[in-house]
Amino acid sequence: MTVGQQPILELQGITKSFGGVEALRGVDFALYPGEIHGLVGENGAGKSTLMKIIAGVHTEFSGRFLVDGQEMHFRSARDAHAAGIAMVHQELSVAPDLTVAENVFLGNQPTNALGLVQWRRMAREAGEQLARFGIDVDPMARLGDLPIGLQQLIEIARVLFSGARIVILDEPTSALSPPEVERLFATLRRLREEGTAIVFISHFIEDILRVSDTVTVFRNGRKVAETASAATSKGALIEAMIGRGGEVLEHSYTDDLMLPQPSDSQVVLKVDQLSLSRSLQEVSFEARAGEVLGIYGFMGCGQQELSRILFGKLKPDGGTLAVDGTRKTFASTAAARRAGVALVPESRRDMLFHQEPVYKNISISILDRISALLLKPAQERDIAKRQVDQLQIRPPVVGLDLGMLSGGNQQKVALAKWLTYPPKLLVLCEPTRGMDVGAKNDVINIVRDLRARGLAIIVLSTEPETVLSLADRILVLKRGALVREFKNEPVSKDRLLEAA
Amino acid sequence: MSSETAFAEAHRARGLAPFLRSQMRNIAPFLTLIFLSAFFAFASPSFATLDNLGNILTQVSVTGIIAVGLTFVILCAEIDLSIASIANVTGIAVAYFTLQESYVNIANIPLPGAVAIILSILLCALLGLVNALGLTVIGIPSFIMTLAMMQIAAGISALLVRGQIAYKVPSLITTLGSGSIGGIPWIVIVAAIMLLGGHLVLTYTRFGRYVYMVGGNREAAEYSGLNVKLILGAVMVISAVCSGIGGMLGVAHFGSAQQNEFDTYLLDSIAAVVVGGTSLFGGRGGIGNTIVGLFVLGVLNNGLDHVNIDSFLKILIRGLILLAALVINVYAQRLREKAAE
Repeated sequence: MTVGQQPILELQGITKSFGGVEALRGVDFALYPGEIHGLVGENGAGKSTLMKIIAGVHTEFSGRFLVDGQEMHFRSARDAHAAGIAMVHQELSVAPDLTVAENVFLGNQPTNALGLVQWRRMAREAGEQLARFGIDVDPMARLGDLPIGLQQLIEIARVLFSGARIVILDEPTSALSPPEVERLFATLRRLREEGTAIVFISHFIEDILRVSDTVTVFRNGRKVAETASAATSKGALIEAMIGRGGEVLEHSYTDDLMLPQPSDSQVVLKVDQLSLSRSLQEVSFEARAGEVLGIYGFMGCGQQELSRILFGKLKPDGGTLAVDGTRKTFASTAAARRAGVALVPESRRDMLFHQEPVYKNISISILDRISALLLKPAQERDIAKRQVDQLQIRPPVVGLDLGMLSGGNQQKVALAKWLTYPPKLLVLCEPTRGMDVGAKNDVINIVRDLRARGLAIIVLSTEPETVLSLADRILVLKRGALVREFKNEPVSKDRLLEAA
Repeated sequence: MSSETAFAEAHRARGLAPFLRSQMRNIAPFLTLIFLSAFFAFASPSFATLDNLGNILTQVSVTGIIAVGLTFVILCAEIDLSIASIANVTGIAVAYFTLQESYVNIANIPLPGAVAIILSILLCALLGLVNALGLTVIGIPSFIMTLAMMQIAAGISALLVRGQIAYKVPSLITTLGSGSIGGIPWIVIVAAIMLLGGHLVLTYTRFGRYVYMVGGNREAAEYSGLNVKLILGAVMVISAVCSGIGGMLGVAHFGSAQQNEFDTYLLDSIAAVVVGGTSLFGGRGGIGNTIVGLFVLGVLNNGLDHVNIDSFLKILIRGLILLAALVINVYAQRLREKAAE
């Protein structure tokens, strides 16, 4: 299809490193007009980095960058925009308090000779554009009042209709319902007919295979495969993403791992038919004492919401929670803590006090256990010191401001605050994200030790390795619903990805 | 322990500059105070006298009592704009419940002194509770909630006195507000005790720690399983009660209870807390800072009376010094964040 045509965009030998770590190594990439090009790869494989280079976000790299055969060097996203390149980022970047029409025309509202906004014209044109996209919505409605999926579609529409010749979509479907995905695909196909070149990044390999003409696979900063979508399969792509043999630094979990016989110990947490608007649909499961339950799924699959509900930070729309057989509706995180639930969220910024010393960070959750009215700083320091030694937090100085510690050590502090008086149920979100191998192993050992002490532990992660390295039983969450349970059977990264 | 000392030494070896930078918040207000005191001592022979020190202490006492509670609120990264109105209504209430001279034309309800005091304190606590519920249960930002309360409290004041002036308050309040013991005014002693009490609560109790942690990172406090709403509610009530006490003693101090008597105390109290270096973003500062802030304000107000300046210019000067303190406040926060990185 593309033979003989000139690529609209061509990259040759792109290498990019962040502080000595190579994120991209000699990548070649070509994009043709009228093509939908799918990109797949694990987290950190380099696909987002490459797209950010194309969109002018990263400007320092080596290699050749050609648009329409002309060598270019963007100095900013504005330059990329001028060259007809637009990107929809994974996170929503809309203005929720403005109207739909204002969002569609963000930054280039139609104005009259006096520089005043032509509201009627703007509303009409926005309505027309959205209608082309199959979105029927009042252009003067406040965007924030619409469902998240619709907001995302509107943002995508804005970029698609901005006149760009090259459009990059990063995980556009994670917050969309199936009919919305269909609408998006129909629009992408129409734009393809008009000659727009589209790059489509997704974890949902079925989506990639359905909509794209070509698929490129990234692994460890390299392009490892490029193939016509019609000539490949989900299994083949997963295999290329993970890689067999070679290039394996850590345990890669590509081979089958045998999950143990499920434990029949006491049920600590029972979740029944839990629902939360678009995020969770009738999720039911149990967590048992002395067991690590892994919950795996892609970003936006509802994990984050699930963890917040378990800790009383979010209220579900429906369904029940029971801890130790007693039904609970947590009015606050304090109530969840008193019921014996602890949460370590994925973001350390949310969890820790960076301007306070380490010992205050560790003692905060148990202050009511060690002091009724007056603080006992000596005891606090002792407790913190014990945790710091046990978890090998470096430097072992409990009086140091937390902000002075490295990320991995901060993550350990986030764990340490729950360990002096262990909870019944410990919920860990992305417990090893961004850690080096040593720190990862430390965390794995801590979790195993806690399991041996009889805690029920839930590990939620978007990284298959994390779940595989820790869990005794694995649930797969897909678009807010539990779709698969792995127990007492072989499991591997392929099987997990296949299920999600 | 040895590693800790080793670290402390390493820290020291890293130099005095980063340490000073991280302490900017505490040092700057202190330097301002020293500079202002030196300036006025030089400019006016009547400024640096023991008598005048007593004047300054008395002048900042009511502000000091109100500022104790406000310090808690600002440490939680909230604000209370109703402090002056609540002080006013509480002062009026305690007079309303006291037998007035026959020429005072207010249809009031005379009660025994102790009852009058208790009822007045209950009144300000109740108004604080309304602030607390609006902030935590309904979710109205404290700026707006307390702005409404400012009007509500002023409205209650207006209804109680109806444009008249009351003079009598219970004898205990009269003594504490305008009496003195051994040459020291009681109101200074009360302010000192309340500031000390506030300091002890913030520094040595579990609740005080929670206040700092909620102000330092509210999200993290919630993820640590603290009852953030309860803590925020408590500081709003504490603020209202401190204001009420300041209001009752203030009425005794001024010798009268009337509408709009405390209007200037809103700005003065906020200025004292912020000029002292307590962060408007929460989590940093404390009563120690508030005391320095009170002195800066007290020295400034008092000192300007000792030098020969156009009295209309004084208002402008106060505004400029407040602005400078706010700039330092924000700047110190940034420096500290940089030092922590």
